Amino acid sequence: MKKLVMIGNGMAGVRTIEEILKLESEQFEITIFGQEPHPNYNRIKLSNILQGDASFEEIIINPLDWYKENHIQLFTGESVVKIDVEAKTVISDQGREVAYDELIIATGSQSFILPIPGADKQGVTGFRDIQDCEKMIKSAQHYKKAVVIGGGLLGLEAARGLLNLGMEVDVVHLMPNLMERQLDPIASTMLKAELESQGMNFLMEKETVEILGDERVTGLRFKDGSEVEADLVVMAIGIKSNVEVARNSGIYVNRGIVVNDFLETSVPHVYAVGECAEHREIVYGLVAPLYEQGKVLASRICGKVGEPYEGSVTGTQLKVAGVDLYSAGEIFEDGTSTKSIMIYNEFEGVYKKVLTRDNRIVGIVLYGDTKDSTRLYRMLSKKEDISGTSVFQMGNNTEEADDIASMPNDELVCGCNGVTKGTIVEAIQTQGLTTLDQVSHCTNAGRSCGRCKPLVNQILAHTLGDQFDAAAEQKTSICGCTTLSREELVAEIKAKGLTSVKEVMNVLEWNNEEGCTKCRPAINYYLGMIHMDEYKDDRDSRLVNEKMHANIQKDGTYSVVPRMYGGVTSAADLKKIAEVAEKYEVPLVKLTGGQRIGLFGIKKEDLPNVWEDLNMPSGYAYGKTLRTVKTCVGAQFCRYGTQDSMALGIELEKKFERLDTPHKVKMGVSACPRNCSEAGIKDIGFVGVDGGWEIYVAGNGGVDLRAGDLLTTVKTQEEVMEITSAYLQYYRETANYLERTSKWLERVGLDQVRQVLGDKKTVKTLNERMDQTLKKYNEPWKEAIESEDIQDKYYAKHTIKVGE
Amino acid sequence: MVQTITRIPVANLSNLKARAGYSLKIDDKEIALFRTSKGQVYALENHSPHPKGGVLSEGLVSGEYVYCPVYDWKISLVDGLVQAPDTGKVQTYAVDIVDGIVFIVL
Repeated sequence: MKKLVMIGNGMAGVRTIEEILKLESEQFEITIFGQEPHPNYNRIKLSNILQGDASFEEIIINPLDWYKENHIQLFTGESVVKIDVEAKTVISDQGREVAYDELIIATGSQSFILPIPGADKQGVTGFRDIQDCEKMIKSAQHYKKAVVIGGGLLGLEAARGLLNLGMEVDVVHLMPNLMERQLDPIASTMLKAELESQGMNFLMEKETVEILGDERVTGLRFKDGSEVEADLVVMAIGIKSNVEVARNSGIYVNRGIVVNDFLETSVPHVYAVGECAEHREIVYGLVAPLYEQGKVLASRICGKVGEPYEGSVTGTQLKVAGVDLYSAGEIFEDGTSTKSIMIYNEFEGVYKKVLTRDNRIVGIVLYGDTKDSTRLYRMLSKKEDISGTSVFQMGNNTEEADDIASMPNDELVCGCNGVTKGTIVEAIQTQGLTTLDQVSHCTNAGRSCGRCKPLVNQILAHTLGDQFDAAAEQKTSICGCTTLSREELVAEIKAKGLTSVKEVMNVLEWNNEEGCTKCRPAINYYLGMIHMDEYKDDRDSRLVNEKMHANIQKDGTYSVVPRMYGGVTSAADLKKIAEVAEKYEVPLVKLTGGQRIGLFGIKKEDLPNVWEDLNMPSGYAYGKTLRTVKTCVGAQFCRYGTQDSMALGIELEKKFERLDTPHKVKMGVSACPRNCSEAGIKDIGFVGVDGGWEIYVAGNGGVDLRAGDLLTTVKTQEEVMEITSAYLQYYRETANYLERTSKWLERVGLDQVRQVLGDKKTVKTLNERMDQTLKKYNEPWKEAIESEDIQDKYYAKHTIKVGE
Repeated sequence: MVQTITRIPVANLSNLKARAGYSLKIDDKEIALFRTSKGQVYALENHSPHPKGGVLSEGLVSGEYVYCPVYDWKISLVDGLVQAPDTGKVQTYAVDIVDGIVFIVL
């Protein structure tokens, strides 16, 4: 077997290895050196980490198991310091020497750090790897003012992330316009205004000359003498190829490691790929061209005669802080030979410009709406004569179809995941796909940033032809197993009198006989909502936590949170909890966010015993149901309290506990407007005022932070119960499964809800249906303790020893 | 080299409910046993190939697939293959049913 060694363990390099394995999985013994102590991860997603949308594990592309399965020897946290091109070996910083027959250099690049005084102070970082991200996240916990140097794509993404982390952010830019290499001044101005409205502050045309501070940065000084405060400085002005090891080993280097059309360097059997490589005087920094290089290099190394790499001229499709941008070719008028065609809709935030010369498109800038990009780009690259045609088509379907038809099969549709038109068409045809969701699921297209989704949908429409059901595509089906929307499903269940999950899937012709994790819990919910106490719950259509009546933890153990009505407990209950914690050696006992006590790390097979010893009801800390009613101390003890908040909280929790709702529901009750129970960010919040209660709805303290709206003010506790019951029931009957009250209320509108609850008769019938539904619930922990069947099916673990 | 095949009786078929997963421990091996609504019984290693791991026995069973309860990967009970777009494979074990007794072949 030939020995293949790769220096670098990043996206371009590992993609090359994947391509090689596809061509010749047995031909090479592969060794990879990676300087970072991680497997290959998706660097494009660093901004998601910064913005808190993803964890590091989620952005790993090739987990360690992948290396193992493919018999790749991986050395992480180890960099190569020398290549002996004569002896054909590489030597690492830990003295390891590995021989190669073929060597790939894929060392990538690093942030370019301005060579100015103070650049080495604490709190100055690039924005390039996971370590930089961690540094920024940590800084955000202790400091409040960040300055990003660089108003390009990377800088703006870093700034957006830092805003999300709660920092004040200044962006310093040397030029008068943001992203001046991709955008013209109009688009740039629109982007700047949008970002300013999101909270970014811009310092334009400022050249940083010094970083101030002692050990840690305290500010920046500019060439014009002005200064700005900073606790964190992020340099995002560009990248610099990592070429040292190549240069020191006698390989020809210019800005990057110089390669020819087959990615060969100046030394035989040594190749370079990715951001460290310079091809025809260009160092590429976007993922799509690097993946193209990887493909060419893989066939070269496997000895196949493939197409040479002739450079990439794709346009740049970007998304910055929620704004879609596209740019290709020339950006600026030259004043004589160019003519531009523009659409400028300031009102909707859309701007499109096509730059032409001699009747041909030479440049494209799109802001806010980029769906024309593929077509325009093709006109640009094919140098089509545009005389007599109108460049911006307004909803012309024939044109669109022609577009898709003429698109070559190997054209990349999803740049993030490297999915071509051909792959998508093949998946649609061979796997019988009919919806965008299915296509995304099977091919990965559109699963990362989602910008290509409209195009994928057009390809779907074109491939299916007459079978394509545009209406079905446009409405949101509840999952890939059906084309029915939530409304249609509920209507069908009622019209056809369907009574079980299985029957729904059979009669309504689910294309996946037993459904999936999206539709099964949803159908189970809708059936329970419609048939109230006549429906027998399908426990096996619930997901793990609701099925087990405990929260699964990442190691397969569970947490147990007993009910503590209104957050009020007693010495006796606390003793029981303490005894259980000791008896079962519970690893973690913690107060939860909802005013109760959680026992974490309990083994599945211990759950029924723990519940029996506790002899307390389940707190449903795992369910799409009422979680807790948080209360303040209130009039019983507090000198400010005007109402008995604990009593109301306990009454609410006792009435609505166990009720199935579309998503979790949290409540809070405060006895005065100081609002110690934070009722303003609960699904339903109650604030005691002199002579009554204010009822707030649709607050949310989680992902979609939202202050509650005042629904109404009532005088008595009875009225509180009646309105709450009607409101909850209306939510149960009209919300989509997994739609929180905050989203639901914004969808249906506060006025609509007020109108419904303003009608006394409606309130009465809503209350009746609620009461009928509440009749069906039993205490689930008690049920488990008393039923051997349940214990055997859900909680038993059989241990068998062989040979005894 | 002598190869030993071990057949271990693990359950009475009649005790296994459809669309349910059971967890077993045989020596050091954690195994998840599933019975589908069509009556087939399958045994897999009780460990998801997702980088963060997790058990499979409590997953939702749909036809001949189980959805990993923690990260929602769809895994074939027949060959252990993770379904697209995710990738990976779970170790499977042969199951033998003789006279209503379920055996796992190790």
